Amino acid sequence: MRVADKKRRRLWDAVLISALLLLALVSVLVLVLTRDRGGVVEVIDDGVTVATYRLDRDGEYSLGDGTNILVIEDGAAFMKWASCPDGTCIGVGKIRYNGQSIVCLPNRICVIVKGGSTDVDAVIG
Amino acid sequence: MSRTKRLTTLAICVSLALVLSYLESLIPAVVPIPGIKLGLANIAVIFLLYRLGALPAVCVSALRVVLLALLFGSPVSMIYSAAGALFSFAVMLLLKRLTPLGTVGVSVAGGVCHNIAQIAVASVILGTNVILYYLPFLLLSGTLAGVGVGLASALLIKKVKL
Repeated sequence: MRVADKKRRRLWDAVLISALLLLALVSVLVLVLTRDRGGVVEVIDDGVTVATYRLDRDGEYSLGDGTNILVIEDGAAFMKWASCPDGTCIGVGKIRYNGQSIVCLPNRICVIVKGGSTDVDAVIG
Repeated sequence: MSRTKRLTTLAICVSLALVLSYLESLIPAVVPIPGIKLGLANIAVIFLLYRLGALPAVCVSALRVVLLALLFGSPVSMIYSAAGALFSFAVMLLLKRLTPLGTVGVSVAGGVCHNIAQIAVASVILGTNVILYYLPFLLLSGTLAGVGVGLASALLIKKVKL
């Protein structure tokens, strides 16, 4: 391959990578800067919402016929135990912001943080 | 290249892909979607794509998916991993043939597509699309990982004597 050809390829690579990085950084920043604490977690089992738990009430819940155990503590939720072979859902740790989720793919369970910011936007005085 | 040599080269590449997959599985998940990873195993696939052609590359990729699922995963993870590998391979092959992208560019595109396909399949399995929230993070990690994988592959493609 001639040098000019290689340089052309490197240029296109750089264009692609820069564009992707820009898109990625902007979207990540937007998500991170606009995140707010959630009010509840919704448990979705096989595409069906089966339960909703408030994040401000500590508790331990059994999901999906005992295949997963969810714990809510100090406004955050995490998976304490799961019957799946990979344990990714446990490794995720705590979630507390709207949009965050814990997923146990083999058991088809998804726990997502939703809603519940306070009613007022600002308090003056 | 003799048939025996080709056979052993491909076998080594499969082993390489498996070991790389195992190594990256030791890194904790950034995102709560199982299987979302750096894609280090693609180093072997891309190396073959550029040195021996599409057919050996896709065979090694397929073998990696099956063996990985049998060794470390579950039937669910295999479907999921297969979708990612298939889509990313198709994209990489097309980009290699039709666009003026180099090894690194192709690898980045492959890595990002792999992650996109996995999110899509995971969404279908779960029956909800809430995890699309993580697409930006995957785009970021996928691009960076793709650059790393691409550079490693480029080095191998240039230096390894077959």
